[in-house]
Amino acid sequence: MSLPLAAEGARPWRWLLGLAAVLALAASVVLAASFGEMPIAPLTSLQAIANGLGLGPYPVERIVQGIVWEYRLSRALVAACCGAGLAVSGAILQALLRNALAEPYVLGLSAGASTGAVLVMLLGVGGGVLGVSLGAFLGAVLAFAVVLPFLGSGGSTRIILAGVAASQLFNALTAYIVATAANAEQARSVMFWLLGSLAGVRWPDVWLAAGVVLAGLLVCLACARALDAFAFGEDAAASLGVAVGPLRLLLLAVTGLITACLVSLVGAVGFVGLVIPHVARFLVGPGHGRLLPTCALIGALFMVLADIVARTLVAKQTLPIGVVTALVGAPAFAFILYRAREVR
Amino acid sequence: MSLAARDVAWSAGGQPILAGVTLAVPPGGVLGLLGPNGSGKSSLLRLLAGLRRPEEGRVSLDAAPLAELRRRDLARRVALVEQQAGTEADLSVAEVVRLGRTPHRGLLDAWSARDAEVCQRALAQVGLVDKAARRWHSLSGGERQRAQIARALAQEPSELLLDEPTNHLDIQHQLEILDLVRRLPATCVLAIHDLNLAALFCDRLAVLRDGRLVAEGAPGEVLTAELIQQVWGVRAQVTLDGPDGRPSIRYRLG
Repeated sequence: MSLPLAAEGARPWRWLLGLAAVLALAASVVLAASFGEMPIAPLTSLQAIANGLGLGPYPVERIVQGIVWEYRLSRALVAACCGAGLAVSGAILQALLRNALAEPYVLGLSAGASTGAVLVMLLGVGGGVLGVSLGAFLGAVLAFAVVLPFLGSGGSTRIILAGVAASQLFNALTAYIVATAANAEQARSVMFWLLGSLAGVRWPDVWLAAGVVLAGLLVCLACARALDAFAFGEDAAASLGVAVGPLRLLLLAVTGLITACLVSLVGAVGFVGLVIPHVARFLVGPGHGRLLPTCALIGALFMVLADIVARTLVAKQTLPIGVVTALVGAPAFAFILYRAREVR
Repeated sequence: MSLAARDVAWSAGGQPILAGVTLAVPPGGVLGLLGPNGSGKSSLLRLLAGLRRPEEGRVSLDAAPLAELRRRDLARRVALVEQQAGTEADLSVAEVVRLGRTPHRGLLDAWSARDAEVCQRALAQVGLVDKAARRWHSLSGGERQRAQIARALAQEPSELLLDEPTNHLDIQHQLEILDLVRRLPATCVLAIHDLNLAALFCDRLAVLRDGRLVAEGAPGEVLTAELIQQVWGVRAQVTLDGPDGRPSIRYRLG
């Protein structure tokens, strides 16, 4: 038996495991740059990436260089940020609301984002100045503002119910707009957007997503111990010296910002934010100091791999990534749940 | 001086729970809070722990109003063991006890040898050293209660508040927990239902009824047949034949 009260980080194999996960993530990004309609050898992709980073020059055809660097790498990096951000947000919300079913969209942000997106896509709100992304972001912020009065005080059930009500309201608005304003083709494109799509992301999106997710992760890590104190409820956390109200508001705002930003970039990708935190908890336990980085790594890795599958599963067609995350992830998760029952 | 409530009032959902309660907790020793269900014992403990702000009056710690203390500073002095602590998280006993160090650790403080030492001592005090690696969900009710007390002790409190710590425990574990509480080097306030156990283990008793303090003093002064009849509506015979002349109570039917 290991010493249960020994110092944190006293087990070096944990660091090795973390390092292995980082390497696996890097490898998956290189793979993501290689797969696609025009297959590229992984070594060539690596060289193209090195060229892009200014570590070259390696002899890579210009068109290949362009595909790898301008299209596939940026796409893979946004996917990674998206997976990391959603998984971390899910873990935070599950701890804060003490609900295993909490996920990044529990406060109605994705529903608000979809309303914002269809307002721009179908009704042309903003007169072309507002892009779909900005519209979605504003919609998510609006949904957050709607539930904000419920966040400062009161129990977590009240918060979740407020989020459910907001979700229903904005989903109904979205459905109303689609039903009254969209033709069949538009309805299809709206549905694709709602299921999540990484099509069209470029480098500026990478900087935005990476900046928001990294900053958010740092804030959450700084609150890791306070989150641990929530294990026995809010009163228990308060009696351990945690300023429950302000902390809850801060973390809901941070996860809300991460989620709003990611939803506006790639749509409401489901499953990742709900399930990855449970997988991570199964691997490293409930302590948030380890749980949050683990969530970020697994979430990123899962999302990059899911995007590869989305682009290659059906020839000449890219599936919505939300479909893949759930199709691949749900059985995998069921397996883990089953195994977990045997282990315990 | 320890914790003191002066003229505090508190209500929940428009229903008055506590009214005009003034109570000074004597430093050292064990103060027992007695009273029927719904008399306001738990609420008073929550006010004393600083988890709720009194609507009237004030609670102070060593003459300093609780409202002016920082949450974290308060948590280093006052620890609370709730009535039924539950969690979904898959924690070990050691991890539960480690939570008690939360108020003592700054943002960048690593887990120190002193933290480990305090937790180890807390585990030893409640007799859970050999169960440190056990999972919370595999513990019995008594073990959970002891783990929570160890977590509270890891906070190194000068005052420890316990809300019905013997609830749902068999008599052996009730006696164990109360004996443990009595020997702790902290001022203890505990809500308790069993009058005989309260008389046996508490140095002073305070009796609440309908949110008001109706009696306070040494067990022998407080627990009289008249008071028991008046507060609980139960006929009882009280004899001062316990250890050190403490009262023992026999209930009468009809």
